[in-house]
Amino acid sequence: MSVGLVTISYIVATILFIKSLGGLSNPESSRQGNYFGIAGMAIAILATVFGPQVIGTGSVITIMICMAVGGSVGIYAAVKVKMTEMPELVALMHSLVGLAAVLVGYATYIDTNTSFVGAEKTIHEVEIFVGVLIGAVTFSGSLIAFGKLAGKISGKPLLLPARHFLNLALLVGSIVLGKWFLNVEDINVGLIPLMSMTVLALLFGIHMVMAIGGADMPVVVSMLNSYSGWAAAATGFMLSNDLLIVTGALVGSSGAILSYIMCRAMNRHFLSVIAGGFGTEGGTPAAAGSAEPLGEVQPISAADTAELLKEARHVIIVPGYGMAVAQAQHTVFEITKVLRDQGIEVRFGIHPVAGRMPGHMNVLLAEARVPYDIVMEMDEINEDFPNTDVAMIIGANDIVNPAAQDDPNSPIAGMPVLEVWKAKTSIVMKRSMASGYAGVDNPLFYKDNNRMLFGDAKKMLEEVLGHLKG
Amino acid sequence: MRIGIPKESHEGEKRVATTPEAAGKLQKLGFTVAVETGAGAASDYSDEAYQAVGVEIIGDTKTLYDTSDIVLKVRAPDLGRGEVDLLREGGNLISFIWPGQNPELLEKLAARKASVLAMDMVPRISRAQKLDALSSMANIAGYRAVVEAAHEFGRFFTGQITAAGKVPPAKVFIIGVGVAGLSAIGAASGMGAIVRASDTRPEVKDQVKSLGAEFVEVDYQEEGTGVGGYAKVMSEGYQKAQREMYAKQAKDVDIIITTALIPGRPAPRLITAEMVESMKPGSVIVDLAAEQGGNCELTVPNQVVVRHGVTLIGYTDLPSRLARQSSNLYSTNLLRMVEELCKTKDGIIDINMEDEVIRGATVIKEGSITYPPPPPKLSAAPAKPAAAAVLAAPKKEGLKLPPQVKSGLLLALAALAVYGIGVGAPANFMEHLTVFVLACFVGYMVIWNVTPALHTPLMSVTNAISSIIAIGALIQISAPGNKMLTALAALAMVLTSVNMIGGFWVTQRMLRMFRK
Repeated sequence: MSVGLVTISYIVATILFIKSLGGLSNPESSRQGNYFGIAGMAIAILATVFGPQVIGTGSVITIMICMAVGGSVGIYAAVKVKMTEMPELVALMHSLVGLAAVLVGYATYIDTNTSFVGAEKTIHEVEIFVGVLIGAVTFSGSLIAFGKLAGKISGKPLLLPARHFLNLALLVGSIVLGKWFLNVEDINVGLIPLMSMTVLALLFGIHMVMAIGGADMPVVVSMLNSYSGWAAAATGFMLSNDLLIVTGALVGSSGAILSYIMCRAMNRHFLSVIAGGFGTEGGTPAAAGSAEPLGEVQPISAADTAELLKEARHVIIVPGYGMAVAQAQHTVFEITKVLRDQGIEVRFGIHPVAGRMPGHMNVLLAEARVPYDIVMEMDEINEDFPNTDVAMIIGANDIVNPAAQDDPNSPIAGMPVLEVWKAKTSIVMKRSMASGYAGVDNPLFYKDNNRMLFGDAKKMLEEVLGHLKG
Repeated sequence: MRIGIPKESHEGEKRVATTPEAAGKLQKLGFTVAVETGAGAASDYSDEAYQAVGVEIIGDTKTLYDTSDIVLKVRAPDLGRGEVDLLREGGNLISFIWPGQNPELLEKLAARKASVLAMDMVPRISRAQKLDALSSMANIAGYRAVVEAAHEFGRFFTGQITAAGKVPPAKVFIIGVGVAGLSAIGAASGMGAIVRASDTRPEVKDQVKSLGAEFVEVDYQEEGTGVGGYAKVMSEGYQKAQREMYAKQAKDVDIIITTALIPGRPAPRLITAEMVESMKPGSVIVDLAAEQGGNCELTVPNQVVVRHGVTLIGYTDLPSRLARQSSNLYSTNLLRMVEELCKTKDGIIDINMEDEVIRGATVIKEGSITYPPPPPKLSAAPAKPAAAAVLAAPKKEGLKLPPQVKSGLLLALAALAVYGIGVGAPANFMEHLTVFVLACFVGYMVIWNVTPALHTPLMSVTNAISSIIAIGALIQISAPGNKMLTALAALAMVLTSVNMIGGFWVTQRMLRMFRK
C-alpha cells in the first residue's frame, strides 16, 4: 500500500469518526454511528498494517496476537459488565489509553530510526515529554477514579494539608525535569528525567483524583475522558500523524465539553472541582449552622405509596445514584408499566449529574427497557412539577435539594436542581437520613408535602409494586 | 391496654373519636378497642362496621369507661353530666380539653388521678402537624362556613351571563388567614366568588395569593406574628387603620367570614354594629369566633340571627356539621397521638415528658396538673433569615476583576502565545497545529449536538476511538533492531486493543437498549 493510499484511508477514517460522534445526536441514529466508528477504526488499522511503515510478516503476526489477546479481554469485559458498573469500566479503559500513550511515548524516544535537528528536535522532544505527562496523569488518575467508583477507595475527598502547594511543586518539578530532558543529548541519560517526570505525573494524577469527592465523579470521569484524547493528540504530534491528532482532538474536546456540562449542572467552576474537595471554599461553617434544626420528616409505608401513585394522574420519577446501587431500575420500570396501563402519565426527570458519570441514569433506564421518549432532561421537565401529583425520588439527594435555590449560604447554592417540592406530593426513597455526597442537609425532607419511604430502594419498590398489582 | 370510645354526650355533637379504619390501625399497635353502641351512628359509622374490624361493641357507658385503660373522646368531659366521675381512677384520657377555659374540669380530672392529654394543646411545630387536631377541625370549619354562608345567601357565588340576565359574582371577605381562613378562601373561590382576605401577619400574603384570592393590606407598619405562628394583639394605631379598612370592605362585599383568634384571649371585636348596618341587605356574616365571644358585635353564639337585614351565623359546631369528614380526620390525629405515645407498638403507652410534643399536650400527669407547659422553643414560621443573605453578598467581593478586564487579559495572553508559536515553530509543526485546531472546532460543533441521554455511550465510544493510539504502536512494532522498542509497542498494542474492541462492543450493547 502506498503512502498516498494510507493517507486517503486515514482521511476516510477521520470522516467516519466524526460521523460516528455526530450519530449520537439521537438514539435512532446512534447505532449506525457506532458502526461508523468501528469501520473507521478498522480502516485505520488495516491501512497502517498494510502500509509502508509495518515491515515483515513477523510484525503482522505479532500485531494479530496482540490484538487477539487485548480484544478478547475487551470483549469479555464488555459482555460481563453490568450497566450499573459502566462508570468503573469507562474509568478503567481511560487508564489503558493513558498507559498506552506513556508506552508509545517511551518507544518513540528510544526509537533511533528517526532523527531531528534544531527546533524540530526540541519540538519533538517537547511532544514526547508532554505526551508521556498527559498519559501518565490519565493513567494514575483513572485508576484512582476506578477505585473510588468501585468502592475500593473511600469516596470522601482526601485533603492533604497544603495540597495546592503540593500540586504546584509537582508542576514546577516537571518543568525543571523537562528543561533537563531537552538539554540531554544521550538517550540513556535522557531517560532519567523522563522517568522521574513520569513518577511525578503519576503522583499528580493520584493526588488530583483523591482530592475529589464522590459527587464530583461525573466531572472527573469526563475530564479523564478528555485527557485520554489529548494524550492521543500529543502522540499524534510526536509521530507526525494527522489521524491521531484529529481523533485525539475530537475525543479531547468531547470530554472537555462533557466536563463543562457537568460543572454547569452543579454550578461549580471547573477549576474548583479539580482543585478538589467539596465545600472547601469559605462560608461552609455558616452553611452548616443554618442547615441544622429543620424539624421532623414524615415517613410513609409502601402500601400508602402505592395508594398515592394509584390516585395520581401525573407522576415524575427522579432517579439518582441510589437506584444504581440498589439495582432497582427493573422494578422501577415494572411500576412504570403498571401505572401507564392504568392511564397514569409517568415520566422520568434526569439531572445531568445524577449518578456517577454523564448519562448514567439514561443507560440504566434503557437497560430496564424504559422507552427513551418518557425520559426527560431537567430543563424539559422542571416546569411541569406544579402540575404533577406525585414526584418519586429514588436514591437522589443533592439534585433535588431546594436549599440550592433558597439558601444563599448553602454549599450547593445556585446549582440547578429538579424542583420536586413543587409537586403536590413528593416521596423520597432513602436508606436512612444520612445526607448526600455533598454533605448538605436537605430541607426537602422536612417539607409538609414530602413523605419519606425508608429502606433499600429495590426492596421497597418491590413492595410498592406488589401493592399496585394486588 | 384497652382503648374505649364512648358516644359523645354533648347535645348536637355528631362526631366520633375513632372511625372503624382508625380502630383497625390501633389494634395493629397492640391495643384492644371497644366502642359504645351507636357512637359512630351520627357520622354514618354503624356498629357493624366496627365489629367488622374486630372492635367490641359495649352497650353501657359505665361498663365502657370501667373497662377502658385509655378513653378517646372528641369533646371535653361534660361536668354537668358527670362524665369525669365515669373515668376510671388512674385512667388515661385523650380529647379536646381547653384547659385555659376550664380550670374546674382540670381540678376534677386531677382528683381522679388521671393522665390527660389535650388535643388542643399539641404544640404547633412541624413534627406535630400530623396530630394537630385544631388544624384539621379548622380546615373543616372554614369549608363549612362557606357552605353555610352560601345556604343563607340569596344569590349565586359565581358570576353568570344567562338569557335571563347577568348575575354578578359574590364578593367574599375573609378576616384572619389561619387554617380555617385558607380553607374558606379555597372553598369560596372554588365556588366562583371574588375572594379577598386580610390578616395581621404579612407572611400569609403569598398563601392567600396562591389560592387565587386578593390580599387586602392594612395601611400601617407593624408585624403581627406572635409565638407559634399565631397572631398577637396589635397596637392602637394599627387597629384604627384596620377598622377603617374593614368599614370600607363591609360596604362593598356580600359575605364576611371572620376567623380571627388570639390564643388565650377573647376574640377581637372587628366588625362593629355600624359596619353591619352599612352592608347591603341580604349579606351574610359567618363568625367562626362565636364561641370565644365573636369577631362581630352582633353575633349570637349557636344561632342564626338577622340584624339590619344581614344574616349573622354564629354556629360553634361547624366541624360537627360535617361529621363524617371531621371524625375521619380527628381519628387520624388521635391515632398519630397514640403512635407517639406507643413508639414500641406493644399496646402500652408511655407519657414521655421529655418529648416536646407529648409534654405540650399533657395537661395532667397521674393526677398532678402540668398545665401550662413551658413556652415552645421553636416558632413554626421563624423570622426570615434576611440578615444571612446580606452577609453572603459582600463576602464574594475583594480582588475580583471585572469580567471584561478578565476576558481581555485572557485574550491578550492567548494572542501572545499564538504569536510566540508562529515565530518559533517550524513549518511541519504548523501544519499539524492547523489540523489540531480545526479538529478541536469540529469536535466542539459535533459534541454539542449529542443528546444528554447518550452521554454515557458517547464516553465509551470516544474511549474506543481514542485507542487510535494503536496506530503509534503499530508503526513502532516493526522498527528494526530494538527488542525493547518492539516489546513496548506490543504491550501498547494489547492495551489499546482491549479498549478498542471492548469499547465499541459495550457501546453497541448500550445503544441496542435504547428504544422507544
